[in-house]
Amino acid sequence: MRLLTHNMLSSNIKGVTNGFPLLIEVEKVVEKQVDFNEDFLRNMFAKIEWKALVEASRTMGYTELPENSESSMLNSDEFLRKFHHALLELHLEEGALVCPETGRKFPVNKGIPNMLLHEDEV
Amino acid sequence: MLSRTAQIRLVSSHPEVYDPCDDSFALVDALLADRANLVEHCPSICMEVGCGSGYVITSLALMLGKDSSGCHFFATDINAHAVGVTRKTMEAHGCHAELVTTDIASGLETRLAGSVDVMVVNPPYVPTPEYEVGQFGIASAWAGGENGRSVIDKILPVADKLLSDKGWLYLVTLTANNPSEICLQMRKKGYASRIVLQRSTEEENLHIIKFWRDLDTQLEFLDCHSGVMAIGVVTSVFKGKRVAQKHG
Ligand SMILES: C[S@@+](CC[C@H](N)C(=O)[O-])C[C@H]1O[C@@H](n2cnc3c(N)ncnc32)[C@H](O)[C@@H]1O
Repeated sequence: MRLLTHNMLSSNIKGVTNGFPLLIEVEKVVEKQVDFNEDFLRNMFAKIEWKALVEASRTMGYTELPENSESSMLNSDEFLRKFHHALLELHLEEGALVCPETGRKFPVNKGIPNMLLHEDEV
Repeated sequence: MLSRTAQIRLVSSHPEVYDPCDDSFALVDALLADRANLVEHCPSICMEVGCGSGYVITSLALMLGKDSSGCHFFATDINAHAVGVTRKTMEAHGCHAELVTTDIASGLETRLAGSVDVMVVNPPYVPTPEYEVGQFGIASAWAGGENGRSVIDKILPVADKLLSDKGWLYLVTLTANNPSEICLQMRKKGYASRIVLQRSTEEENLHIIKFWRDLDTQLEFLDCHSGVMAIGVVTSVFKGKRVAQKHG
């Protein structure tokens, strides 16, 4: 699971109002190189919750992202490279995503988060 | 030449996961026939709901290929085995998708709203007793409840929420699902539609429908349902579109 996926997931448990971002419990992180594509990063920038990405990448052991961001930073190649690495190259292979409100854990196995709910959570 | 669809010998399988079948091939053929438009559409995010073996989303990734290297793919399935198989199929073709085991797009709906440029769905569409719907394992691959519409009718509002202004939806249906009624339902949400492929197999009569948000359809609907009140709304919808186009 890339942090792109993490940035697009929120807790779907019935009644939860503050389900984003999910906390990350790390068991295993892997890094995979991905072709650099500026256009995608520029397109996605507006859709990314920056603080959530910064926190998530820290949890995964990557501390290079600036605390705050603004669109003018997209002109910096250095910024784009860091954004690219955090968003697309860090994978949570094993671990869990934790609902910030209820503490319910969604397992991540073989890189795939499982957001299926129990009957009493729907 | 590089293959533009997933190769069957590289598609993983599992006893509990739906193997590519006539319906999967029909959907991929419909996408291939529309490939030039898809490339020109320049999607940033494509998504498949109910990815099964991964044959369809992998084929979509391959046919967009180098022409849309800035595109990313999301895929979900309610069957965890299917999502695992999709991962293997994607990897065997050198592709990658953001994978989530979930009911339709639950968990993704809030943050991905309005962001999906192309959505493909080959849903469980076979008419069955209602209690067979959503069972775990292979039955969930086809069991569609009354008229085969149970899951389809849940997917349509989610698709409407997730699709971007320029978003397209490709949906596999059966005559028994009443495709024209599905089109009418989507028309009320402002979508135009076209049957892009029709194919009869020994057992089924398949229709692949393409939906897109359409200004005329939105106007027509507002016109006949809200009369004069609609004019203000229409203008703002129109302005919104213009602005969206400029930015796009
Ligand atoms: C007809 S199969 C299609 C599989 C694959 N896309 C293909 O075309 O070969 C339908 C798929 O939808 C999945 N499915 C059924 N109900 C679902 C739901 N509520 N949410 C997500 N996926 C679902 C099934 O597990 C199955 O993999």
